[in-house]
Amino acid sequence: MPIEILMPALSPTMEEGTLSKWLKKEGDSVKSGDVIAEIETDKATMEVEAVDEGTIGKLLIPEGSENIKVNTPIAVLLADGEDASAASAPPAKDEHSVLEAAKNGSGESGSAPAMNGAAVPAAPAAIKAEIASDPDIPAGTEFVTMTVREALRDAMAEEMRRDADVFVIGEEVAEYQGAYKITQGLLQEFGADRVIDTPITEHGFAGLATGAALAGLKPIVEFMTFNFAMQAMDQIINSAAKTLYMSGGQLGASIVFRGPNGAASRVGAQHSQDYSAWYSQIPGLKVVVPYTAADAKGLLKAAIRDPNPVVFLENEIIYGHSFEVPKLDDFVLPIGKARIHKAGKDVTIVSFGIGMSYAIKAAEQLAAEGIDAELIDLRTLRPMDIDTVIASVKKTGRCVTVEEGWPQNSVGSEIASQLMEKAFDYLDAPVLKVTGKDVPMPYAANLEKLALPTVGEVIAAVKAVTYR
Amino acid sequence: MAVAKSQVGSKAASTDGRKPAARAAKASSARTAGAKSSIAEFSRDEEFAAYREMLLIRRFEEKAGQMYGMGLIHGFCHLYIGQEAVVVGMQLAIRNGEDQVITGYRDHGHMLATGMDPKGVMAELTGRRDGYSRGKGGSMHMFSIEKQFFGGHGIVGAQVSLGTGLAFANRYRKNDRVTLTYFGDGAANQGQVYESFNMAELWKLPVIYIIENNRYAMGTSVSRSSAQTDFSKRGLSFNIPGEQVDGMDVRAVRAAGERAVEWCRTGKGPYILEMQTYRYRGHSMSDPAKYRSKDEVQKMRTEHDPIEQVRLRLIDKGWASEDDLKKVDAEVRDIVNEAADFAQNSPEPDASELWTDILK
Ligand SMILES: Cc1ncc(C[n+]2csc(CCOP(=O)(O)OP(=O)(O)O)c2C)c(N)n1
Ligand SMILES: [Mg+2]
Repeated sequence: MPIEILMPALSPTMEEGTLSKWLKKEGDSVKSGDVIAEIETDKATMEVEAVDEGTIGKLLIPEGSENIKVNTPIAVLLADGEDASAASAPPAKDEHSVLEAAKNGSGESGSAPAMNGAAVPAAPAAIKAEIASDPDIPAGTEFVTMTVREALRDAMAEEMRRDADVFVIGEEVAEYQGAYKITQGLLQEFGADRVIDTPITEHGFAGLATGAALAGLKPIVEFMTFNFAMQAMDQIINSAAKTLYMSGGQLGASIVFRGPNGAASRVGAQHSQDYSAWYSQIPGLKVVVPYTAADAKGLLKAAIRDPNPVVFLENEIIYGHSFEVPKLDDFVLPIGKARIHKAGKDVTIVSFGIGMSYAIKAAEQLAAEGIDAELIDLRTLRPMDIDTVIASVKKTGRCVTVEEGWPQNSVGSEIASQLMEKAFDYLDAPVLKVTGKDVPMPYAANLEKLALPTVGEVIAAVKAVTYR
Repeated sequence: MAVAKSQVGSKAASTDGRKPAARAAKASSARTAGAKSSIAEFSRDEEFAAYREMLLIRRFEEKAGQMYGMGLIHGFCHLYIGQEAVVVGMQLAIRNGEDQVITGYRDHGHMLATGMDPKGVMAELTGRRDGYSRGKGGSMHMFSIEKQFFGGHGIVGAQVSLGTGLAFANRYRKNDRVTLTYFGDGAANQGQVYESFNMAELWKLPVIYIIENNRYAMGTSVSRSSAQTDFSKRGLSFNIPGEQVDGMDVRAVRAAGERAVEWCRTGKGPYILEMQTYRYRGHSMSDPAKYRSKDEVQKMRTEHDPIEQVRLRLIDKGWASEDDLKKVDAEVRDIVNEAADFAQNSPEPDASELWTDILK
C-alpha cells in the first residue's frame, strides 16, 4: 500500500512551514535516512529524511509552497512493485484520522480525552487534611532542659539506632564532630561507615546523597551552612524534589538536607542569607524551620522518617538556646502543623525559627501595654498550616508576620496573600510584614543591627494594626 | 533569516582532532587495568542477540522521530541513532536488573537495553497514562525499579553525582553490584563530574563512568569545548583508570565493559570508559545540524555503522542468510509498530494526576 509522507513537525513549536525544496523527484527510489526535502521552520531550515523505503510516486506539494500545516500529506511513497497509479489511491484514511484525533486531543476513538479548556481540578483536600496534631504528652512526663544543639544530635542518634539505612554525610560531620558540633559523638557511636566526612563538594555530595536516597537509603545531609547549599540547589530541587513526580510515583527520595540557615553574627553578606522563602516555594519538598528544642527534636525525627525530601533549616544563634523537652522514648512531631506558642485575642503574630525570638519579646512588652497577642510558630513552611493562622485571624482580626528574610516574596508575603483570599472579611487592618531589610547583610555592627528586624519594629507593626 | 541563524558558528565540523572511532580501541589509561588490545569475538548467538537489540533501538528511535514529525510526540526528544552499540555492549557485561543504570536525557536506548517495555516507553513519549511515568515525565524522565534503571535526567551532568550515589548505596549495603553512569562529552565538562570522580575514588565506589563521546554537545564539537579531548584521561588526577573504546563495535564495548565491571566488583573503585561513538541525527528533533558536514555523517554511517558491522559478520561467517536477518527485521518492526499503536491509543492521564506524586 502506498505510504503518505506527511509534513513533519521539526521543532517543539512548529505548526506550519515552507516546503522550500524537493531533493527527490517522482520516480526516484529512496532508502530510510535519505534526505528528501528541505523545510523552513520557524527557527531554521531543516532536512526531511525518509523513514521508509520505496519509490517516490507523487509529489503532492510543489516546492516553494508556504504555510504548509504539519501533517499535510506532501508526497506518496510506493513500495516495491507498486505502480504510480496506486499513488492516486485514497490515503489510508483511518490511520490518518486517528493521528489527527490524537493530536487534537479529541475524537471518536476516545483515545485521548480533551483537556483543552477543561477546568484545572483543584488540589484535592486530602493533600493537607491528614496532618495529625501533636501527640499528647502523658501527665507526669519529666521535662529536661536542653539546647537546640543537643536536641538535634539526640534526634539523629535515636533515628540512627532505629534504622540502619539512616546515615549522616557532610563536611566536618565526623572527626571534627560538626562545624557547629551538632553531630557530636555520632562518629564514636555509629562509626565511619555511617557518619561520613566529605570533601568540600556541596554539589557533588548533595547529588551523591540524593542518588543513595533513590536507591532506598535515608541520608541526612548536613550543609555547614545553607549559604553553601546554593552550590547544591540543583540537586535538591531538580533531582530530590521532582523525581517522584517525574517518575509517576515510582521513585522518590527520603532525604533530609539540614544545617544552619540565615544570619549568624557579623559574618557578612555571603554567610548570612535566609533561604526559608526560597525552599518553601518548591512542590516536592517539605520545609521545616523549628524554633524550640522540643520542636527541633520531634520534627527532625519526623523529617528523617519522612519518605520525602525535607529541607530542615536551623539557626546558628539558637543552637545554644535552652528549652524544656519532654523525656519520652520516641518523641515525634507532625510535619505541617503550626504550634500556638501563646494564645491571645487582640492580634495574631505569625513567625518561625529565629523570628520567634523577636515575636516572643514583642508579645511580652505588648502585654505590659495591655495588648494580648496570639503567637503562632509555623514550624513547617511547606506544607504550610495556613488553617491555624486563619482560625486565629478570624478571632483577632489582625495579623503581623515576622521573619529575618528579605521582604519581596517572603513567607510573610505568602501569608498576607492567603489571608486576603481566605479571611478578607475578618481583617480589621492590613496584614503587616516585619522582615529583614532589602539589602545584602552588612558587616558593621550597627548596620547589621539595622538590617535585621527588631523587637521594636514588631511592636510598631502590632500597634499600627491595632490602631494604638 | 532563519537559515543564516542556524549556520552561525558552524566552523569546520571535523576539526576535533580525534582518531576515527574504529581505530581507537586501544587502552590509553592512567593506570592500565589489564586492558587487552585484541577484541573477543562474539559467538553466533551473541552476534544475533546484539543485532536484534541494536536494531530494536534503531527502529524504535526512527519511529519516535516519525511520530514527532506527526505531532504525536512533543518537546525535547533526543534520539540515540548511531550510538546503539554502547548500551547494548555494556548491558552484555553486567547483571541485568541487578546492576544499576543511569543516564541523561538521550535515554530511550538505555531503557530498551535494560529490557524496559517499548510500549511503556513509547506511551511516555506520547504523554499517555500507560507510559512509564504515567505521562508525567516525558522523553527525558523515565525510571524502572524493576530493571534498576534510574532515569532519565535533564540537567546535564546531574546524573553523574546521582549515579555515584547509587554506587555509594551498593557499598553501604556491602553488596557487589555496580552502577553504570552514562554521560556525554559535553557533560564531561561539568564541575560535579569531578566532584563525583573524587569521592568515588576516595571511597572506592563501584561505579563505571561511561562517557559517550559522540563528538558534539549540541552544536559544540569536542575540540571547541575541551582542553583535554582524550576523555579516558579525565580521571587521571584522581587515579581513576580509563580506556578509549571503539563505541561503534559492540564487541569492543562488551570487552571493555567486562574489564571495568571486574575492576569495580572486586572493590578497586571507579573506572572510566570513553566510548567513541557518533549520533547520526540532530541533537534533538529541532536541530538542523549545520555544525558538521554531510560527508562526516555519511562516512560514519557507511563505514562504522554498529548494526551493519554485525550484519556483515553474520553474513560473512555464514551464520545467517539475508532471509534470517529479514525475519529479525520483521520481528523488530512488529514490536515497534505495536508500541507505536499502543502509545497512540493509550488515553491521556486523568486530570487528577496533576496533583498526585508530589509527595509520598
Ligand atoms: C546544566 C545544563 N546546561 C545546559 C543544558 C542544555 N543542554 C541539553 S543537552 C546539551 C548538550 C550536552 O551534550 P553531551 O553531554 O555531549 O551529550 P549528547 O547530547 O551529545 O548526548 C545542552 C547544552 C542542560 N540541559 N543542562
Ligand atoms: Mg555529545
